[in-house]
Amino acid sequence: MDLLNAFVALANFVLIPGIAYGSQLALGALGVTLVYGILRFSNFAHGDTMAFGTMVVILLTWGLQVLGVSFGPLPTALLALPLGIAITALVMLGTDRVVYRYYRMKKADPIIVVMASLGVMFIMNGIVRLIIGPDDQNFADGARFVINAADWRAMTGLSEALTLRTSTVITIVTAGLSVWALFWFLNKTRTGKSMRAFSDNEDLALLSGINPERVVRVTWIIVAALTVIAGTLYGLDKSFKPFTYFQLLLPFFAAAIVGGLGNPLGAIAGGFVIAFSEVGVTYAWKKVLGHALPDALEPEGLVQLLSTDYKFAVSFAILLIVLLFKPTGLFQGKSV
Amino acid sequence: MSAPFLIGEGMTGGYGKGPAILNDCTIAVNPGEIAVIVGPNGAGKSTAMKAVFGMLNLHKGRVLLDGEDITALSPQQRVIKGMGFVPQTHNIFTSMTVEENLEMGAFIRTDDFRDTLEQVFTLFPILRDKRRQAAGQLSGGQRQQVAVGRALMTKPKVLMLDEPTAGVSPIVMDELFDRIIEVARTGLPVLMVEQNARQALEIADRAYVLVQGANAHTGTGRELLADAQVRQSFLGG
Amino acid sequence: MTDRIKTPLLFAGVALLILLTGVLQSWNSALVILNMGLISAIMALGVNLQWGFAGLFNTGIMGFVALGGLATVLVTAAPVPGVTTGQALAVLGALALGAGVIVAAILMWQHLRRARGLAVTVTLIAGFFLFRAVFDPAVALIEANNPASAGNIGGLGLPALWAWPVGGMLAAGAAWVIGKTALGLRSDYLAIATLGIAEIVIAVLKNEDWLARGVKNMIGLPRPWPVPLEVDLQQDPGFIAQAAGLGLDTTTASTLWVQLIYAVLFAIVLAILFWLVERARHSPWGRLMRAIRDNEVAASAMGKNVTARHLQVFVLGSAIVGIAGAMMTSLDGQLTPGSYQPLRFTFLVWVMVIVGGSGNNWGAVLGGFLIWFLWVQVEPLGNLLMQAITTGMTDSPLKTHLIDSAAHMRLFTMGLLLLLVLRFSPRGLIPEK
Repeated sequence: MDLLNAFVALANFVLIPGIAYGSQLALGALGVTLVYGILRFSNFAHGDTMAFGTMVVILLTWGLQVLGVSFGPLPTALLALPLGIAITALVMLGTDRVVYRYYRMKKADPIIVVMASLGVMFIMNGIVRLIIGPDDQNFADGARFVINAADWRAMTGLSEALTLRTSTVITIVTAGLSVWALFWFLNKTRTGKSMRAFSDNEDLALLSGINPERVVRVTWIIVAALTVIAGTLYGLDKSFKPFTYFQLLLPFFAAAIVGGLGNPLGAIAGGFVIAFSEVGVTYAWKKVLGHALPDALEPEGLVQLLSTDYKFAVSFAILLIVLLFKPTGLFQGKSV
Repeated sequence: MSAPFLIGEGMTGGYGKGPAILNDCTIAVNPGEIAVIVGPNGAGKSTAMKAVFGMLNLHKGRVLLDGEDITALSPQQRVIKGMGFVPQTHNIFTSMTVEENLEMGAFIRTDDFRDTLEQVFTLFPILRDKRRQAAGQLSGGQRQQVAVGRALMTKPKVLMLDEPTAGVSPIVMDELFDRIIEVARTGLPVLMVEQNARQALEIADRAYVLVQGANAHTGTGRELLADAQVRQSFLGG
Repeated sequence: MTDRIKTPLLFAGVALLILLTGVLQSWNSALVILNMGLISAIMALGVNLQWGFAGLFNTGIMGFVALGGLATVLVTAAPVPGVTTGQALAVLGALALGAGVIVAAILMWQHLRRARGLAVTVTLIAGFFLFRAVFDPAVALIEANNPASAGNIGGLGLPALWAWPVGGMLAAGAAWVIGKTALGLRSDYLAIATLGIAEIVIAVLKNEDWLARGVKNMIGLPRPWPVPLEVDLQQDPGFIAQAAGLGLDTTTASTLWVQLIYAVLFAIVLAILFWLVERARHSPWGRLMRAIRDNEVAASAMGKNVTARHLQVFVLGSAIVGIAGAMMTSLDGQLTPGSYQPLRFTFLVWVMVIVGGSGNNWGAVLGGFLIWFLWVQVEPLGNLLMQAITTGMTDSPLKTHLIDSAAHMRLFTMGLLLLLVLRFSPRGLIPEK
C-alpha cells in the first residue's frame, strides 16, 4: 500500500489528462452554447468549422516554420493562432452573410437552420479535405515536456512518474485565459452585456435599441476565437484529423446540454463532467488500485470499466441521463 | 387647445394582414398627465397602445410625437425618438442583475447615464438594495419596478405601460400606482393600459374607455368615474 | 397537372443519366449505381417517413443502416465451427442479464418511493459487474476460437432474404429505445441523441470481435436467393451460349446478369415498401401524422398523444432504414464497420430527402437515385476538372495534391447542393402536395 504513488498515478493518468481534455471540451462547448444562445440553433457545422480553423493555424505554422520563425520552447502554432482566428472569423462572418442571415431575416424554424448548418458542415469538411487531406497531421514543435519521467523520479524518488507535457500546460493556461477573457467580456463590457441581454430576451433587447446584427457578428467572432483555440489545443495535445474533429461534435453537444444549452458557465462545467467521466470510465485502474489497496486485495484484471473505443458511449450515457432527469441541464439553460 | 404631446389619431388597423381590431381610435397624452386606457376584455386596449408604439399595421390614422409624424417608424426607431415602452410580460432580462437591466435600458444613450440611474434608484429604493441580484429572482412587484426603471433609463419623452399591475397583489398595485404618479409629477407623460379600471381612473388625468376597438367614452378619470353609464357597464355599478 | 408531367420527366432524367453512364462508362457501372440507388431510395423513404411525415430530425441513420448489416451477418453467415451452443447461450444470457438489470433499474425508479436514487445506482453498479462476470469469460472463449479466420459467434446460416426483415426489426428495436428516451423533448435533442447512438453502434461493431469480427470484417456472406454466383454462371453451358448470342464475353455477361437480378430484387422491395408507405400516407394515420407535424399544440389539445405517434413513426422509419442496411450488406457480401461514416450514411441520406422533396415519397425516391448518382459521378468529374486546371502546370507537389484531392470534391458539392435547394427551392424537386 502506497498512497503517494497511487496519487501520482492518479494525477498522471486521470487528473491531468482529464483537466486538459475538459478544457478543450469546455472551449468547444462554449462555442456551441453561444451560437445556441444568440442565434438559437444547434450548429452541426461546429466540429468541421473547428477542423477548418485548426487547418488554417497548421498551414500558418508550417509557413512560419519554413521562414525559420520559432517560439522557443513553446509551439509555433501559438504564434499562428491570432491570424488563424482572424481568418476563421472572416470565413464564419461570410458564412453567416451567405447562409444563416437569410433564415434569420425570414424567422425560419430553427430546424431549417440546423439543416443549413448540415450544408455548411459538408462544405467545410470538403474544403478541409481538399486542402489538407483526410489524414493525421502533427504540428506540435518546441519542448515536449515540462517534467519528464526521469526528472520526476530523480526529483522525488517515487516509483510512479508524473510527466507533464508542454501541450498539457499550454492547454490549461490558454483555456483558462480564454475563459477569463470571455467572462470578462460578457460581464463587464457593454457589448458583452448586450449579447447576454439578447440571448435572455430578444424582443426586449430590440426595444432597448440593441442592434441584433451587431450582436450576431460579435458572436461569430467570439465563437471563431473559441473554436480555433479549442481545435489548436486539441491538435497540439493529441493530433489533428478532420474526422476526429467532426466526431468531437458529440461530446461538445453533450457538454453544452449537460451544463444547460445557452449557459456559458454550464458549458464549462459540462465539459469537465464529460471529460472526467470519459477518462475515468475508460482508464484501467489497476495501477492506481495496486498502489492504494493492500497487497491482498490487489486486482488481477485491468479494472477498466469500458474500452477506450467506447468513449462516445460515456458522453452519450451522461447526455441521456441529463435529458431524462433534468432536460434544462445542471445550470439552468434555455428551453426554447 | 394645442395639439397633445403624443397622439394616435383616428387609428384603424390590425396585426399583419388580419382584420382591423381598432376602428378610428384616438389616444393622446400631455406632459405631466397620466392617460389611462380601460375597457372590457378584448376591447383592444393593449392593441391601441401597441398601435401608438408601431407594433401594428395602421390602415388609417397617424401617430404624432411632439408634432412630428412618426407613423412610418419601427418600434426601435420610436424608442430612439423618445418613447419608453414597458411590455406586459417578458419585460425584464431575468438572467441579468437589476443594475445590468437598467444599464441595458440606457443602451442607446451615449452620454453619462449615472444621474438617471440615481433617479431610478431614488424612485424605486428597493432596486438599489437588490442591484446585484438577478432580476428573475425578484418578486412580481419588484420585477415591474425593474421593468419601469429600465424604460426610464432611456430618458424617454413619454412612458407607456401595458398593464403594469397584472398579476400583482392589491397592496403592491397601490404602491406601483404611487410610483407612477411620482413619475408623472416630474413632467413625463404616462400612457397606460389598465385592467383594474376603478383604481386606474382614480389617478387618471385623461381616460379612454374603449369598446370594440373604438372610443366609447373620453374624459378625465373623475368624470368617467362619475358617469353613470361607465359605472354601470364597466365598474359594476 | 404540372406535377403529372414534372415527376415522370424528373425520373426519366435520372434514368437517362444512368443509361448515359452505361453508354459512356460501362454497363456494369450503370447497374452498380442503379443498385445502390435503389437501396438509397429505400433509406430516403424511411427518413422521409420520419422527417416529411412527422418532422422528426434523425441524425442516426448510419447506426440503423449498420444494425441492418449486422442482422445480415448474424442471420446469413455460416455457423462457426468450435463455438459451442453453451458459449453462444452464455453471451446471449449475459446480454439478456444486462438488459434485465436496466429494466429492473427503470422499474425501481418508477415504483420505489424512498431511496430510489440509491437503489437504482446500486442495482446498476452491481448489475454491471455481474454482467461483466458472465459476459467476459464467454466472449474470451469465443474470440480465442481460431481468431485468424473466425473468433466470432457465427451466424445462423439462414437464407439472406430472411435477414432483411430481421435487419428492420433490429433497427426498430434500437429506435424504440432511443425514441422512448428522446422523443417528446426538443427537436434538436433527438438529433443529438441519434447522432450519439449511431456512433455507439459503429463502436460496438468495430470493437466487439465476437459479434461480427470487428474491424477484421466479415466477408463472403452468402447471396440472397435467386442471385447466382458469377463462377457458377461462367461454367453453365447454357449461359455461355446465351452470352455469346448477345455478343458478350462470359465474364462480363455474368457480372451484368448478377447485378441485374439484384436490381430486380431490390426494385421489388422498394415497390412493396413504397406501396405501404403511400398507403400509410393516405390513411387516417398519415393524415394525423401530418396534422401533428403542422401543429403539434393543436393536435395535442385535441387529445392526440403526440409522443406515442412520434414513437410509432420513428420506429417504422428506422425499420425501413434497417432493411435497406441489411440489403446493402447482402449486396456487398461483406460487413466492414470501418467504412461507416456519418457523412456518407447519415447526412447524405438527408441531402437525398431534402433535395428530392421532403414529405413526398416520390421526391424521396427521386432524391435517392439522383444524389447517389451525383455522389458516384462527382469524383470522376472532379478528376476531369482538376486535370483541366492542372494541364498548364509543371509537375509539382501542388499538382499532385490537387489531383489527389479531387475525390473530396463530392462533399463540397453535396453541401453546396443542399444549401442551394434549402435556399431557393426549400420544398425540394417534387414538393409535397
